[in-house]
Amino acid sequence: MKEWFLEQKEQFILNFIEDDRWEFLVQGFFNTILLTILSAVIGVVLGILVAAVRTTYDNNYETFKKNGGFGFYLMAVINWICKLYLTVIRGTPVVVQLLIMYFIVFATSDNGIMVATIAFGINSGAYVAEIFRGGIMSIDKGQLEAGRSIGFNYVQTMIFIILPQTIKNTLPTLLNEFIALLKETSVAGYVGIMDLTKAGNNIRNQTYSAFMPLIAIALVYLVLVVVLTWLVGKLERRLRKSDH
Amino acid sequence: MTTDNVLIRVDGLQKSFGKVDVLKGVNAEIKKGDVMVVIGPSGSGKSTFLRCLNRLEEPTGGHIFFNGVDITDKRVNINLHRQKMGMVFQQFNLFPHMTVLRNMTIGPMKLLGKSKQEAEEKAMQLLQRVGLADRADAYPSQLSGGQKQRIAIVRALCMDPEVLLFDEPTSALDPEMVGEVLEVMKELAKEGMTMVVVTHEMGFAKEVGTDIVFIDEGIIIEEAPPEEFFKNPKNPRLRDFLSKVL
Repeated sequence: MKEWFLEQKEQFILNFIEDDRWEFLVQGFFNTILLTILSAVIGVVLGILVAAVRTTYDNNYETFKKNGGFGFYLMAVINWICKLYLTVIRGTPVVVQLLIMYFIVFATSDNGIMVATIAFGINSGAYVAEIFRGGIMSIDKGQLEAGRSIGFNYVQTMIFIILPQTIKNTLPTLLNEFIALLKETSVAGYVGIMDLTKAGNNIRNQTYSAFMPLIAIALVYLVLVVVLTWLVGKLERRLRKSDH
Repeated sequence: MTTDNVLIRVDGLQKSFGKVDVLKGVNAEIKKGDVMVVIGPSGSGKSTFLRCLNRLEEPTGGHIFFNGVDITDKRVNINLHRQKMGMVFQQFNLFPHMTVLRNMTIGPMKLLGKSKQEAEEKAMQLLQRVGLADRADAYPSQLSGGQKQRIAIVRALCMDPEVLLFDEPTSALDPEMVGEVLEVMKELAKEGMTMVVVTHEMGFAKEVGTDIVFIDEGIIIEEAPPEEFFKNPKNPRLRDFLSKVL
């Protein structure tokens, strides 16, 4: 037993203390957090925009058609672009999208974090858009009608009446997407970013010992997800105070 | 074109859903202070007629004049006219994420530019009138059906509408709660509020209605003041309908 402990201690020193290897993990940790937060922001903004276009088009198709003209065709084209975006992004692997962004679209840039943020953000936006669209569609049609009957225009009704209810209802699914996003950033190493996964792998390459570094990063991901879940749970309870 | 007295004039109103013609040319006139009660079998188009009046349903043909303005004209800003046409729904449609007070003040504050204090004062007065002042800070999920519908009515009143549209306001209520809602509507009618009411409550129609309209298969078949309408129905389809519901 004592020997086992001594061996673990040796392993720990080798993997984390020697040559200050723990610095890899710290750097990786912050890069993973940075990537996740920035791409989540891009994803939510994109998602709201795309969901807004898709639901506005579907909800007001008759009005658009009646008014006809340029506005109708413009909306139809924008809606079509959004649909194309959803199909392409959800139809291809995120690693491939990341590689395309890094080696083709932004081939001249060497700012890996920026390129990866954009790639993950665009990817997440597609999923967030469908989450929001589902949330908006799940709100009873009577809510939209009640808002419109008071005299609110479509956008005001969305902002004051529909979206506040949508956000509350979609929070659990949205959390799911953020958890997935956090873990998806682990492929950032493909374009040379020192994220948490890459950091653990680097240590493994240097020390030829797999157990400690890999279990360590797995634990860090796990703790991050648990903390995120706890935070969203708190927010959810606050938003739920209107139903009893 | 119209006398000053006419608030809403409906001219050849048509509405189809795809290939189904629900309204096939409805003509009607609602004067200020009128309580028009619209009755008819289910699927007759009476709710569609009501929902066309504020263009929640987009009419496919005909015209609707509100205060002399053709609101079916696509250049008209319908949102401004809707502020003056309150609507009460069968399913209440209160906003579940807002307190009762907020439900009532959000329209006046955001659309009529009223201050929070002004809007809340008016809301509280109205709540007092329907005996629900103590529920101002409750959320809709904490209210009974009858309370919800009374709130929905005063929410519409907060906008100072010129007409109230009721779409089967008591149909989703437990029987013991129908009375309290009808009572509020009677009060309003007494005070001279112009109302268009789609309902199955024949008692209400007899007592409060000034103008009873029977719609069947997308057209108005008979229209008369209540005494004549109920005592002396002319059309056989109306006679048949009344024999079933009275």
